[in-house]
Amino acid sequence: MDPCDHCEEVMQPFLDRSLSLEEQVSVETHLETCPWCSKRFRFERELRGYVRVACSEEMPSNLKAKLAALRTPLL
Amino acid sequence: MSETDTEGRRIANEARDRVRFEEEALGLSDQVFRVARGLVNSREEAEDLVQQTYERAFRSWRSFTPGTNLRAWLLRILTNLNIDRARRVKRRPETQPMEEGDYFLYNKLEESAGRPLEEERVVERLSQDDVVGALSAVPHDFRDVLVLVDIGDFSYQDAAQILDIPIGTVMSRLHRARRVLKQELADRAVEVT
Repeated sequence: MDPCDHCEEVMQPFLDRSLSLEEQVSVETHLETCPWCSKRFRFERELRGYVRVACSEEMPSNLKAKLAALRTPLL
Repeated sequence: MSETDTEGRRIANEARDRVRFEEEALGLSDQVFRVARGLVNSREEAEDLVQQTYERAFRSWRSFTPGTNLRAWLLRILTNLNIDRARRVKRRPETQPMEEGDYFLYNKLEESAGRPLEEERVVERLSQDDVVGALSAVPHDFRDVLVLVDIGDFSYQDAAQILDIPIGTVMSRLHRARRVLKQELADRAVEVT
């Protein structure tokens, strides 16, 4: 398999750090020498953070109050 | 010690445990809401879902084992309620999207710009609405895993436990979900460029 195709294939487990040490090192080595893949790797890493932030809507404060009201009343 | 004393102490201990449980559960509500918001398509639905979750959690607090992961326990209630809800509203059968590789989105963005991109700023070509819209287009089974792991910060193991599926299924769905998300993002981002 072409090394860039392979790098694309394992990009997610690489970012999740779920590859074996040997595979992890081989991807790192490829990224050091391949600007095409390293650009895409940095984008992927940034995208994950961006998705998390973009989807994090703050909890409405009135919902907090509603939840607190569900507590069992103290006698 | 009389029997009444023992019974009184038991009741007092239980009340204390319950208060502690409820306080701890309420302390996690921001995180529970964040996951809920990722799982459903509107803020109102997310609010209802969180409320139902806490109602059920407070009712069945005795079935929680102290010292185990309360956040995962709450999310398990929430995802089950969400599955029931989705069954009731009878969603359209989901078509299985074509799957592109992991570089697809970046390649599309670069292609639409017609030049190599300043890579550090590439994500800024995607608006928050693009991301929220793209997430809502990911089929439910895949989306649940994506939201738990990538937004809720749950481990594969916790996500497997919450959704009651094998860990291998979590990993394969997550992989697929991230690719589908990027494909949906590509459709949205390139449309407006």
